[in-house]
Amino acid sequence: MDLSLSTRTVGDRTVVEVGGEIDVYTAPKLREQLVELVNDGNFHLVVDMEGVDFLDSTGLGVLVGGLKRVRAHEGSLRLVCNQERILKIFRITGLTKVFPIHTSVEEAVAATD
Amino acid sequence: MATVELRFSALPEHVRTARLVAAAVARRAGVDEAVLDEVRLAVGEACTRAVGLHRSNGVSAPVKVLLIEEEKQFSIEVGDEAPHSAPGERSPGADTGEPESEEDDMGLAVISGLVDDLEVRSGEHGGQLRMTWPTTPPTAVLP
Repeated sequence: MDLSLSTRTVGDRTVVEVGGEIDVYTAPKLREQLVELVNDGNFHLVVDMEGVDFLDSTGLGVLVGGLKRVRAHEGSLRLVCNQERILKIFRITGLTKVFPIHTSVEEAVAATD
Repeated sequence: MATVELRFSALPEHVRTARLVAAAVARRAGVDEAVLDEVRLAVGEACTRAVGLHRSNGVSAPVKVLLIEEEKQFSIEVGDEAPHSAPGERSPGADTGEPESEEDDMGLAVISGLVDDLEVRSGEHGGQLRMTWPTTPPTAVLP
């Protein structure tokens, strides 16, 4: 399965809906998308991972890279994820402390902290 | 001892194939369904690491994956043929902050977080990562 990406704007947030598998082969596509969004001036991103079937450390690296980019512009990168198998990877790498993880896009879009 | 051996060119697109094959063989060997996600992730990380090492070192040999079914346990051995430097030592010309090496470490961090029984060996001529999971023997098949 390949990676699917779609973006939409909700208020001042840009929601990136990701589907499929994020691994060493597909992660560069996600990286490109995030870089492009930031270059176009979208600094408040919500990455919706509900359609993600697989995520590995390469994918984590891309998300950390995205966070670094938006932070350089005082922006934010929030994740939406309810899947235990995906959340586990964030937990074992300690990244739950780095990313705000929400249970729904609505919640992520409304978050301001 | 039953073994499935897989060799693939060090290309990112083949890592997924390795994950699928490993998960299928692990399931057949009797690895618990709940653990299969971990097997899939761990073998993917190990193969990603091997592919990265081959590519950054210009090694044209394929990456080798052994799926070993033994009594009460299932092991996966991922072998690369890249020259490894000793821990803490970097190959000449490589910066310590090189993103590639950071990602490599991240993969290993995920593997050690996932797999309790892990063996990492490396030397001049390549490295091996061996991961082992317990299996439950299949219950008698009903006619």
